[in-house]
Amino acid sequence: MSSIRLSAAEMGAALAKGEITSVELTNQHFDRIAEVDTAVHAFLHLDKEGALAQAKSVDAKRAAGEKLGPIAGVPLALKDVLTQKGIPTTCGSKMLEGWRPPYDSGVVTKLKDAGVVILGKTNMDEFAMGSSTENSAYGPTHNPWDLTRIPGGSGGGSSASLAAFEAPLAIGTDTGGSIRQPAAVTGTVGVKPTYGGVSRYGLVAFSSSLDQAGPCARTVLDTALLHEAIAGHDPRDSTSINSPVPQVVAAAKRLDVKGMKIGVVKEISGEGFQAGVRTRFEESLQLLVEAGAEIVEVSCPNFDYALAAYYLIAPSEASSNLARFDSMRYGIRVGDDGNRGAEEVMNLTRQVGFGREVKRRIILGTYALSSGYYDAYYGSAQKVRTLIKRDFEAAFTKADVLVSPTAPTTAFKIGEKSDDPLAMYLNDIATIPVNMAGIGGMSLPCGLAPEDGLPVGFQIMSPVMQDDLMYRVGGTLEAALNSKWGHTLISQIPDLQVR
Amino acid sequence: MAAISRDDVAHLARLARIEMSAEELDHMASELDVILGAVARVQEVAGQDVPPTSHPLPMTNIFRADVVKPSLTNEEALSGAPAKVEERFKVPQILGEAE
Repeated sequence: MSSIRLSAAEMGAALAKGEITSVELTNQHFDRIAEVDTAVHAFLHLDKEGALAQAKSVDAKRAAGEKLGPIAGVPLALKDVLTQKGIPTTCGSKMLEGWRPPYDSGVVTKLKDAGVVILGKTNMDEFAMGSSTENSAYGPTHNPWDLTRIPGGSGGGSSASLAAFEAPLAIGTDTGGSIRQPAAVTGTVGVKPTYGGVSRYGLVAFSSSLDQAGPCARTVLDTALLHEAIAGHDPRDSTSINSPVPQVVAAAKRLDVKGMKIGVVKEISGEGFQAGVRTRFEESLQLLVEAGAEIVEVSCPNFDYALAAYYLIAPSEASSNLARFDSMRYGIRVGDDGNRGAEEVMNLTRQVGFGREVKRRIILGTYALSSGYYDAYYGSAQKVRTLIKRDFEAAFTKADVLVSPTAPTTAFKIGEKSDDPLAMYLNDIATIPVNMAGIGGMSLPCGLAPEDGLPVGFQIMSPVMQDDLMYRVGGTLEAALNSKWGHTLISQIPDLQVR
Repeated sequence: MAAISRDDVAHLARLARIEMSAEELDHMASELDVILGAVARVQEVAGQDVPPTSHPLPMTNIFRADVVKPSLTNEEALSGAPAKVEERFKVPQILGEAE
């Protein structure tokens, strides 16, 4: 019998009891991928050999009586923006086609140490710029709930792999919502840890002051187990926080919010949001009240400017970070005919190597940083960032955690917004403030919108290095929802119609 | 703010080292105009009394001990190079270009 629909925690327990081996579990997932991924396209690269070698090694350690962690031997899908030694890492870009990094990222080192089995690399918007995974140079990923719809972005490959039962665990990265929005539209769980909580070493940089890698799974507890496996100080990342990892697993298991104050952020919880998203959000608030929490409304007036500030800060940092793709040391090189000079070859390479959205952001960032415009654009955006941080600080004096819907709508159709950058950017309206302030944010499924039957995400935000609080609330809400429904949300996903 | 012209985009593309066709320049100019119009509203609240924030964490000057550790070998560092010669990166001509 196949075990692919179990949670990661259940897989870990079955492995520990000897009911299944990691090799068997890994093969079951590769079989599933072979069956459905032509339709879903969650993966850009599979590493069968490496995965089975890791599975074998974990099985051998277990047979020898070695004490292993809770997710040792459990398979995982890795977003293609993190380096894994010897394994193709493209960031969804033509620029890095064929590149095999010579080193492991901090996250991959931790995963390997935890005995996690990395199945392969998942699809994403090019260099993590996008909200639909349509900006991948290798074609879009399809939402397993409805293959004509987007799986969110930029980490749509990771979220889709979870919803399609191709992997029970996945890694994402979140610069403006790229873990949480894909989780919301695929009915899965995703967490952006506190900035600095998980190493950025080997995470190909998009916007360094905003980028954060984090865990994705189908349950809050699984997300917590993965969180603890990848979190912690890394001296190779100068922005890594050197203090103890929040106890997120214990918090996810606590199932109690009595006496907690939960703040609903007025500015990102109503206006402009799809009716069914609001309905499910409000029902979830009611469940939290029934569980003993107190709901308060908080106002963060400067969140109205967060999107504008983000689309100056992130492109500015991107224009600088992506200057490294100069065709000299790695990546593709175009037009080197022996006559052209380095600069011309660089220009031609970047024309061919970067897609439209990446070019748009590099040009926008170059403009925002150029003399004469710096103060008006980048400088002003940095001031807005201060105001957003202050809004959060004030709100956290009134509430232990803050909540909102994760995304304004459910999954839209592939192609629906791809020609309208501003409409696409609006997907991130509720997730961006978290990145601006460097705090933690979670999305968990809170039902299907009545009007379209698609998953809705519930966002929980917690103060810096108090990630345990969002797990405590998330775990409680998930349990309350499951008990109300009599099943999990993901169990309701239609069977994939594969040719 | 002033509307952004095709020539402006051409200048930015040169600064960003991206070759662009005439069609790309036109397209980019019209898109940037719309995006800049939308993001310019940050100026509404960015008063002189507000200090800028460049980074979420208040950390500065994070140093490690000056200890030599193993690093990439020559071979590993060159493994992704588009072209190499004698254990070095091979690059197109840098000196003596037009410009």
